[in-house]
Amino acid sequence: MKKMKVLLGIGAIAVAGFFMVAADHIDAPAVQGGTSDITDFYAFQGQNTNNVVFVANVQGLLSPSATADASFDENVMIEFNIDTTGDNVEDLVIQAIPRDGKMYFFGPTTPGSVGLNSSVETSAPQSMVEVTPYGSNAIVKESNGLKIFAGPRDDPFFMDFAQYGEILAGNATGFNNPGSDTFAGTNVMSIVVEVPKVMLGGSGTVNTWVESKRKQ
Amino acid sequence: MKTILNIKNIVAVLLISGLAFNCSNDDDMNDVMPMQSSPDFSGTYMQQDQMGRPAVNTVFVSPSSKDMFNVTTPSQQGDAFQSMFQTNLMALSPAYANPGDANALGLDAATFTGLLATDVLNLSLDGTTTFYDGTNVLTGRALADDVITVELLLIFGGEDFSENPQLSNDNVDANDKPFSASFPYLASAW
Repeated sequence: MKKMKVLLGIGAIAVAGFFMVAADHIDAPAVQGGTSDITDFYAFQGQNTNNVVFVANVQGLLSPSATADASFDENVMIEFNIDTTGDNVEDLVIQAIPRDGKMYFFGPTTPGSVGLNSSVETSAPQSMVEVTPYGSNAIVKESNGLKIFAGPRDDPFFMDFAQYGEILAGNATGFNNPGSDTFAGTNVMSIVVEVPKVMLGGSGTVNTWVESKRKQ
Repeated sequence: MKTILNIKNIVAVLLISGLAFNCSNDDDMNDVMPMQSSPDFSGTYMQQDQMGRPAVNTVFVSPSSKDMFNVTTPSQQGDAFQSMFQTNLMALSPAYANPGDANALGLDAATFTGLLATDVLNLSLDGTTTFYDGTNVLTGRALADDVITVELLLIFGGEDFSENPQLSNDNVDANDKPFSASFPYLASAW
């Protein structure tokens, strides 16, 4: 009986873990719901096929009414990491960090140090765009070969996350058809940067990931 | 004479304050010019969250290890997490425990979780970029890619995507707002 309770407890914790999370939304206790919580990462070829696009979204599940008050945290740097040599260590970074209503971008550049701790690469090419206010048309800047944007957007992620939770909880045996998009009608704070492929090596495959880093 | 001295002093004071006022004005001017007033970017920034492929930390990392996964560099994630990923994959989809069982990419539990545990998103600089489009596999992640159904198929769908049909598609196949063909690609906020 005691063992069963323990097992049930573990099951409940596992289910709670699944309930709270999706693409990377609220993925871990230390970041969930905070300004450094990455919800999603995308990397794809641009409309101009000489370019690739990186998207980092933070602060998920913003209701329309909460979005006007949402802002990027000046103590949080978003860093796009690019490994061009296949060892899963970053050879290039693009950093994005907000100051006074503007998003500053540094890079792509070889970082002074790799891994968990970073400084802002202020000697790298610097680009800047005004953060688009909620309800305004997207403000886009072209600078140093980059195209840059920062501001609220519709969350591009879609999934019947609620039903997935029901399945894991043992309350359902499968998904519904049609399903219901748990993320419909919600917004994220989004950073988008389009980069010429030639700045990332030009051809072949690179490994990419995004990090949020908080000022100590 | 004393009066004249006083006047001189007053004039001097006025001149000094006038100069000071001008200096202050110049500072204000400098603040308006972006090239001459750089924001403070000093300090060390310490990692809190990271992400490569969608839903990896969510699905494959046990609850008590999720923070640790976020602060383990990708080059060290494979060694640290592959075995946990395999345990959790086989708990979710017991068929993987059968000898020779594999997913539609031909990957058995160990190889599949070995791939996923190093949480980076591969990006091709040579053409189509997609998580999976029926032909190309893991060459990027486009906004419209139905990544969750792809992952459900690889977890539950078996060798030919035919197993567990009720678990291998969430039947949400597209975003709730259309994407733009041009920058910044994402739809405007609700």
